[in-house]
Amino acid sequence: MGIRNIYKIVSNRELTRKTWVMILRGDTQAITTPGQFVNVAIPGKYLRRPISICDYSHERGEITLLYDVVGEGTLAMSRMKEGDEVDLLSGLGNGFSTTSVGTRPLLLGGGIGCAPLLNLGRALVRSGKSPIAILGYNTAADSFGMDRWFEEIGVEAFIATVDGSLGTKGFVTDVIRRFGIEGDYFHACGPMPMLRALCNGLDIPGEVSIESRMGCGFGACVCCSVETKDGVKRICKDGPVFRKEELIWK
Amino acid sequence: MEMKDMKVTLSGVTLQNPVIPASGCFGFGYGMAEFYDINILGSISFKGTTREARFGNPLPRVAECPSGMINSVGLQNPGIDEVIAVELPKMRKSFRQPIIANISGFSIDEYVECCEKIDREEQVAIIELNVSCPNVHGGGMAFGTCASSVSDVVKEVKKVITKPLYVKLSPNVTDIVAIGSAAVEAGADGLCLINTLLGMRIDIRNRRPVVANRMGGFSGPAVFPVAVRMVNQVAHSCGVPVIGCGGVSSAEDVIEMMMAGATAVQVGAANLVNPYACKEIVESLPEVMRRLGIDSLSEIIGIV
Ligand SMILES: Cc1cc2nc3c(=O)[nH]c(=O)nc-3n(C[C@H](O)[C@H](O)[C@H](O)COP(=O)(O)OP(=O)(O)OC[C@H]3O[C@@H](n4cnc5c(N)ncnc54)[C@H](O)[C@@H]3O)c2cc1C
Ligand SMILES: Cc1cc2nc3c(=O)[nH]c(=O)nc-3n(C[C@H](O)[C@H](O)[C@H](O)COP(=O)(O)O)c2cc1C
Ligand code: FES
Repeated sequence: MGIRNIYKIVSNRELTRKTWVMILRGDTQAITTPGQFVNVAIPGKYLRRPISICDYSHERGEITLLYDVVGEGTLAMSRMKEGDEVDLLSGLGNGFSTTSVGTRPLLLGGGIGCAPLLNLGRALVRSGKSPIAILGYNTAADSFGMDRWFEEIGVEAFIATVDGSLGTKGFVTDVIRRFGIEGDYFHACGPMPMLRALCNGLDIPGEVSIESRMGCGFGACVCCSVETKDGVKRICKDGPVFRKEELIWK
Repeated sequence: MEMKDMKVTLSGVTLQNPVIPASGCFGFGYGMAEFYDINILGSISFKGTTREARFGNPLPRVAECPSGMINSVGLQNPGIDEVIAVELPKMRKSFRQPIIANISGFSIDEYVECCEKIDREEQVAIIELNVSCPNVHGGGMAFGTCASSVSDVVKEVKKVITKPLYVKLSPNVTDIVAIGSAAVEAGADGLCLINTLLGMRIDIRNRRPVVANRMGGFSGPAVFPVAVRMVNQVAHSCGVPVIGCGGVSSAEDVIEMMMAGATAVQVGAANLVNPYACKEIVESLPEVMRRLGIDSLSEIIGIV
């Protein structure tokens, strides 16, 4: 068994004008923890495209991916059909920590960055914690219904939109302030400015999942290196999740 | 199936087969040992090493290209002392075949110091001099694009080492044979080619280069024909063994590169899109040899 496997598309559908959800069936054994990602081979493209694992089930042998169509590679993904085969490297990256964290963790997502938090929420609930999800979007039309998926797994979810068209107007931090939400740890994924604001602004411990363009996704090319307080790290292999204290914000 | 002879010999160093992961695309091997037993490989050329630790260039460092990629890693490495103290011992634990040490530098002194140190490492069988860095004392032009710079650095390095020296040539030159010949006249035991072609991509929506360093090294299947041509020219003119590199992705590509004149073959970018690329090549070589009526790989070297 290896990390490279062929998966069959169970479904691939549009959720909003830019966000799609793809469900794949295949060998999920390489996935060990929430927050890991897959690297998707795209016919006609040389490099693979890294996409977070939104959800997975070893029992059903299924992986759920949520992706935004932002360029040629993700556009090609959106044109793949049910029954098509996809070549994935799966179970990449370190993933979120689910054991040593507090009892009331905050799951803070920005846009498509909400994706890996769903599976994390499931794992945290399973280990007896009471996570709260706060999802930030630019506008109501960008929300892909993740709040409902969170509610289904027993996680209370709030929404913030920059233009105020849904939920609280502003950012996820505005939701925290408005409802006086008290968490004892945070897990975040989203655009870099949001992650920087959270690392600098929240005075609870936490960790964030960061992105970069990738060559390989498994540690071989050092195309994705970041300087951290613990030395140079590869986002794909030593990350993508880093503790707030490790990161250096320039 | 009858046994196929895949052994090749580079300046007295015998490899069980000609398949070698190229520098910068396989780290120091041990990470890749999580995917398969890397002892099936002929050798490994490890990540380009310099005297001091280097972080390399700012991100993004990689761009998609038609049938290839651009990288602008910029020689990120922990420096020669750390490589010897930390990386090589880890590499030795998972890899028992001969190692190729890829050494880079920005001055002749730096090359000499690094080569002298790495030459003492037992498992290092060949030193591969990457001459594509700018020569800080020579006006910033890459060592590898100037015959006299190549000649100077090779002469000085040869004085301090005992292992065979292979010079890794840059394709970004008008006359690759002239540079290769200069290296050989200065004492190089062999040549390795090609390194990456200088390339650039622009993000047309954001109106800026895709990689932060503006330019980077282009490699992958798209460069294979250029590499075959250059290997062929150099192999027939320079009179030393050649390691062929550039775009190799299959056992058929290995055969083509060897027919062009390569004694061994390096595989770079292919490892990044398929971590099992070299394993698949090694495993399919006997069948491809059978289909082509080849009993021993060494018999096809440079036949075209
Ligand atoms: C660990 C990780 C997890 C990710 N998870 C998801 C996810 O769950 N859902 C999702 O939609 N996207 C995710 N991404 C981002 C996704 O990889 C890129 O959007 C995708 O590669 C773009 O490919 P493209 O060919 O469509 O666009 P391109 O034409 O290559 O680029 C379009 C835009 O996307 C940006 N981009 C390209 N590659 C990356 C990259 N590797 N990381 C970040 N931005 C990039 C470019 O800067 C550009 O602005 C993740 C990235 C990483 C590193
Ligand atoms: C990400 C990356 C990093 C590289 N780093 C080095 C290096 O440190 N030293 C070196 O001599 N060549 C380096 N190269 C060049 C390769 O070893 C090889 O010569 C080139 O990529 C052509 O082969 P390919 O088409 O199979 O990739 C690098 C290539 C890539 C893609
Ligand atoms: S993308 Fe290759 S090391 Fe991270």
